[in-house]
Amino acid sequence: MSLTILDPGRLATVQDLGRRGFASLGVGRSGVADRRSAHLANRLAGNDPGAAVIEATFGGLAFRAEIDLVVAVAGAHCPLHAPPRARAGMHLPFALAAGATLRLGAPTSGLRTYVAVAGGGLAVEAVLGSRSTDLLAGLGPPPLAAGDVLPVGDPTLSARRASVPAAADSLAVRPPASPALLRALPGPRYDWFTAAAHGTLGQDTYLVSSKSDRTGLRLVGPPLARATSIELPSEGMVRGAIQVPPDGLPVLLLADHPVTGGYPVIAVVDDEDTDVAAQLRPGDVLRFRWRSRAENATRLGAVASSP
Amino acid sequence: MRRVLPCGERALLVELDGLDDVLALDAAIRAAPLAGIDDVVPAARTVLIHFDPAVVPAVAIVAHVDLLLPPDRRTTAGTGGQSAARQRPEIPRPAEPAVEIPVRYDGDDLPHVAVQLGLTVGELVALHSSCSYRVALVGFAPGFAYMVGEDAELDVPRRTTPRTAVPAGAVALAGGYCGIYPREMPGGWQLIGCTTATVWDERRDPPALLRPGASVRFVIEWQP
Repeated sequence: MSLTILDPGRLATVQDLGRRGFASLGVGRSGVADRRSAHLANRLAGNDPGAAVIEATFGGLAFRAEIDLVVAVAGAHCPLHAPPRARAGMHLPFALAAGATLRLGAPTSGLRTYVAVAGGGLAVEAVLGSRSTDLLAGLGPPPLAAGDVLPVGDPTLSARRASVPAAADSLAVRPPASPALLRALPGPRYDWFTAAAHGTLGQDTYLVSSKSDRTGLRLVGPPLARATSIELPSEGMVRGAIQVPPDGLPVLLLADHPVTGGYPVIAVVDDEDTDVAAQLRPGDVLRFRWRSRAENATRLGAVASSP
Repeated sequence: MRRVLPCGERALLVELDGLDDVLALDAAIRAAPLAGIDDVVPAARTVLIHFDPAVVPAVAIVAHVDLLLPPDRRTTAGTGGQSAARQRPEIPRPAEPAVEIPVRYDGDDLPHVAVQLGLTVGELVALHSSCSYRVALVGFAPGFAYMVGEDAELDVPRRTTPRTAVPAGAVALAGGYCGIYPREMPGGWQLIGCTTATVWDERRDPPALLRPGASVRFVIEWQP
């Protein structure tokens, strides 16, 4: 047992790259919400990208190292409090001696901060092939609580020595723009919505509501009008999908989204922009920008156009 | 007419005519896996294919799906759509026997559902327990199977106010489907009974008792 949680902050969970291949059992992927930041933290700690990290929400996480650890922190910028000789800082690996405590302050922007531990990350028990906590499905380890003692070290996920950031990583460490701009492609039910709705989604600003969580961002703003009133039989959903319930207010699906859903999807946010979405907090403002549908149809080649 | 709809850059939604075609395509993809396909999600009328565009491009997935579909169901326009003499291919039924689910028909909504369907409680129980059910899709929660009745459709709406806690094992109806709650959770379906069968156990192999395409029969353990 290598580290003891002293304070989980508002919410802290164990996450890795999630569960793949179980959709037909009703088990969604889950996993780290901001994959880019988690990937950076693992890389800085010398871990494989699949190593399990702590995903801290609104900072506040505090833990004590029970053995000598090397740690790396990436994602939403938090002040880091640790013994001075640890030289703790965001976006670089640092040592926590046995008995030392690391405490994250609250981020002033962004939402989720990832703590990676060298040696292959957290070694909690996996469920269906992953150590991720799926809060919607109730799978994986429960959210972290004060007193939890976590094992560290999975030799299969630790191949390299801890590394220092390369120039390209500066993209990950810049604070997000405001309003955030998320690129999107027309979704499978794009034509279930009016032209006015298409225009609204591509132009207006939306606010992230406090009802947002790992399942998705619930947005407040101009409702999106349906062109038809037929009900959608449940169909597979994707991360980044913008689904529209009867009230017309868009929901942007994130890591813990359910496998299927019955609300039509008007658009799908570009995969890498879902990592940006995973850092938006209640009150943040965002806008969507349509990418060309013609461009997408060309890429798909032989897809039959809708009758 | 079948269609393939892009769903972002990493998924394609294949629209089909109905459950038989969905299950046939789902089985065919699993039997002939293509590198780069991450997951396949069968649902009542669609199959969603998650894939990694760095490994396989969308066009290749579309071509692969077209090859797996019977000629009259292909997505490309070349076959000229439906003809009056279209042959319906034989969709093989699953070889496994029906899963039997014992039910205590003591659900809080049982009388209300009977009234909505114009039946007595006894008639409702008899109908539900004599009907062959088939799993159309598993979604919403791990192990939550949406089952459709092959001989009869017990179609009732969801409750206007969902319950904040439906017990694990609750047998429920909504929108023409029958479902069993895999664990205690909020729910808006109408409760007609409960079962001791464990539909979801993450430590069991297989963890889900009910899979897409499986046949199910409900057996009366108790009725009022």
